[in-house]
Amino acid sequence: MNIQEMILTLQKHWSNQGCLLLQAYDVEKGAGTMSPYTFLRSIGPEPWKVAYVEPSRRPADGRYGENPNRLYQHHQFQVIMKPSPDNIQEIYLDSLRALGIDPLEHDIRFVEDNWENPSLGCAGLGWEVWLDGMEITQFTYFQQVGGLECKPVSVEITYGIERLASYIQDKENVFDLEWTDGVTYRDIFGQTEYEHSKYSFETSDTNMLFQLFNVFEREAQRQLDAGLVHPAYDYVLKCSHIFNLLDAKGAISVTERTGFISRVRNLARSVAKTYYRERESLGFPMLLNGKEKEHANE
Amino acid sequence: MQTNDFLLEIGLEEVPARFIHDAQKQLVSKIEQLFQDKDLSFGPVHSFSTPRRFAVLVENVAAKQLDIEEEVKGPSKKVALDEEGNWTKAAIGFTKGQGKTTEDIYFKEVKGIEYVFVKKHKKGEETVRILQNLDEVITSLTFAKNMKWGNFDLRYIRPIRWLVALYGNKVIDLEITNIKSGRTTYGHRFLGGKILLKDPREYEDQLLSQHVIVDQQKRKEAIVTQLQQLEEQHDWVIPIDEDLLEEVTNLVEYPTVLHGSFDEEFLQLPNPVLITTMKEHQRYFPVQNTEGKLLPYFVTVRNGDHRHLDTVRRGNEKVLRARLKDAVFFYQEDQKLSISNCLEKLKHVVYHDDIGTYSEKLSRVRKLSEYISSEMKQSEETKQNILRTAEICKFDLVTQMVGEFPELQGIMGEVYAQIHGENKDVAKAIREHYLPKHADDELPESEIGIVVSIADKIDTIVSLFAVGLIPTGSQDPYGLRRQAAGVVRILAEHNWQLSFEGLLNESIALTGPFQKQSKEEIFSDLQEFFRLRFKHLLDEKGIRYDITDAVLSSPVMTVRSLIERAELLQEMKDEPTFKTDMEALSRVIHIAEKCEVEVSIQPELFENETEHNLYEQYVKLMDHLNRTDSKGYYRLLIGLKDSINDFFDRTMVMVENEQIRNNRLSLLKQLSNVILSFAHFQHISVK
Repeated sequence: MNIQEMILTLQKHWSNQGCLLLQAYDVEKGAGTMSPYTFLRSIGPEPWKVAYVEPSRRPADGRYGENPNRLYQHHQFQVIMKPSPDNIQEIYLDSLRALGIDPLEHDIRFVEDNWENPSLGCAGLGWEVWLDGMEITQFTYFQQVGGLECKPVSVEITYGIERLASYIQDKENVFDLEWTDGVTYRDIFGQTEYEHSKYSFETSDTNMLFQLFNVFEREAQRQLDAGLVHPAYDYVLKCSHIFNLLDAKGAISVTERTGFISRVRNLARSVAKTYYRERESLGFPMLLNGKEKEHANE
Repeated sequence: MQTNDFLLEIGLEEVPARFIHDAQKQLVSKIEQLFQDKDLSFGPVHSFSTPRRFAVLVENVAAKQLDIEEEVKGPSKKVALDEEGNWTKAAIGFTKGQGKTTEDIYFKEVKGIEYVFVKKHKKGEETVRILQNLDEVITSLTFAKNMKWGNFDLRYIRPIRWLVALYGNKVIDLEITNIKSGRTTYGHRFLGGKILLKDPREYEDQLLSQHVIVDQQKRKEAIVTQLQQLEEQHDWVIPIDEDLLEEVTNLVEYPTVLHGSFDEEFLQLPNPVLITTMKEHQRYFPVQNTEGKLLPYFVTVRNGDHRHLDTVRRGNEKVLRARLKDAVFFYQEDQKLSISNCLEKLKHVVYHDDIGTYSEKLSRVRKLSEYISSEMKQSEETKQNILRTAEICKFDLVTQMVGEFPELQGIMGEVYAQIHGENKDVAKAIREHYLPKHADDELPESEIGIVVSIADKIDTIVSLFAVGLIPTGSQDPYGLRRQAAGVVRILAEHNWQLSFEGLLNESIALTGPFQKQSKEEIFSDLQEFFRLRFKHLLDEKGIRYDITDAVLSSPVMTVRSLIERAELLQEMKDEPTFKTDMEALSRVIHIAEKCEVEVSIQPELFENETEHNLYEQYVKLMDHLNRTDSKGYYRLLIGLKDSINDFFDRTMVMVENEQIRNNRLSLLKQLSNVILSFAHFQHISVK
């Protein structure tokens, strides 16, 4: 099964579960969790079901396209269901079956893995799912997002597309994966990986990046002050990406690191709080009925 | 009496392996407690657990409580009868409240006063009714990490997905979150199906038929047996790490052992790297030949049966191959860095925001090591090795291998130090300075390792205390208690003559640049903190609590001397003269507390020979003290008994004349100081 078929299969599966199929969010980010479709929507009482593919940039993991497993940018298939359904593990396992992975022919385990994203003030409990010893999915019940307690709790399922594909296609090197028949991962992303690695480690303008961080941080704050959550959050994401670029370049000392992370976290927390307030003032429009609204006001 | 079996099963999404044992123990003891509290007799108790369920089966639980005759006490006779001998309102009210009439009243004396009593027949309650509160037992289990799910408020280890609660063939109705209890359980996630349980006894067999070995011990034995079969088949040795075996047992419901291989070229990696990759990251058992050499094989335990094992093997081999390739890459890259490159990098690695960099820490550890080495009068060669070890002992923290496998710190240090031509003793000491890593861990063996281990741990504790990060209650994020226990163990077991107070003061002096409190405050916080570690040490040695208290109120001096003093007192406490010895010494201590102005003693102010005598004894004692061990010290102190008693018989201390009084009190004060340096004898109880 090529990657394109895999994605289509997962989309069909989760669409059948009532998930919205949205597209990747157009601001650089390190993980699908950072998309507003996850970060913001898992805040507050409103129900939400969504699935999307998120290209995720991790500058420090770039290897010039030479390492068979590490990438500047990889792809996550991200699912959020809120509140978490009772049979979510079964639904997930069905998605593996749809991909042709019959649990009876493999060893599938749920191994404890508690997830935390300090720069977004997020924490959750759950597992990494092992397929014959390989981690293919992060399975997390969100407990806190943007520093706010989750009620109800969202479940997040994140498939590592390249990992899963390298298993399904039995390839040792990620660049040999077939995106569609006859077109390889190398064809599409080989040059990108090389250039972005070179940029991140060698040619990026450190001074400019530091300036951008400050500029974006100020703009995020200004928009927060104006009560505009989404523009503010876009700039928080930009700050986070700029920080990752600086970090990859080795431009941030360990002491400064904590400082930068807490600057992003403080913004993310304000965004979360503001988002909650805004939704509340709109009467949590996605709540299905009055009873749930009552519940939320408790 | 009629009895029935009882079964409770809590079905869960996969519970983390490390929490299963404790949770299961809690559940069993709470169920037993419930039956005991409710006076319900019961037979054998069976405990079951897998990653997806906790269960308890109790045989022969009584169907109801026994009926009992109960005496209920009411008001006193005086209150119950008025002057005419009629029942008062109080008496009538009491009987009514008990469902009785005044006809049922009788009197009985309690502590000399007569009271009204009635006899009540209390009918035993039915077990099925008592068990209706079982949900409280289930939700009262506590876990180190809890979570919420869906729309519910309950915090639990993982979401509850089903409940089985049976008494005999009857379902006990429970509801937790949206889960209602029943008789339906579930077999293996993939190999098993739904099971309807007719009664509790068939639980284990029914689950086995659906591919769940529900008895944790049997599952473990099944794994061990299969490991042994592999050993025999291939002439291998598969060392069993108990923690790993326990974890793997708690990761599967139906274990099938299988093995895979990896390319021989990976054997160039140091053994600890191979073992850590297999064990910590993949939960594999490494394989050795009969000479103990690692072989290019691994053993894993699958949660399932024997079908399609080849697919599972291939998948696991692929994962391990990728991980080992990474490790080889790190190993080769790391060797390109010299030790001095690494030390240079440590200048930029922050140890703690308030304390400074690793580089600065190493320089403190070096100075403290130098102090210890001088105190211990070690040879010049040893001292040089110690200084080198202290300078470089953290260099491996910036290597990629330790970045990837933090648990290899020190171990990679030894490997890389040897590659870079450090001498063997220094290389070994780099590994040893982290020891002991936990309570049962081995201690450093070499003198070099011991010195640097003590210096590093003391520096860590003192530095964090200096910036006010003192462990409180269950909060000890930097593991300082563990480190302190390590230092105490090393000093106790190696019997080193190293002044403990001296060591602390030396270390405190080195933290000057970042202290947030005065040196005296830091010292007293540290004393308090270590006091508990020493108390634990003496408790383990079986020292009576009051003796522990007495010696711990005095300076530690050396850990060896502390233990000697405690053990000596523990031994002497049964001597016939012990009581009078203690009384004499305590008398000095008590009177000396009245000394307000300490003056230098003037023998010409003494008025009788008992004063002169006591003073001479004191001078003699001070003269001998430096040349003796704890036993000699003790003998000298109790040797003062007669002089002390004579002194108090003949001398009035608190006289009017201030000069004479202060002279006497000062003599007693100085003597008291010498006594208190050994132990606070006044805390020892003598009968």
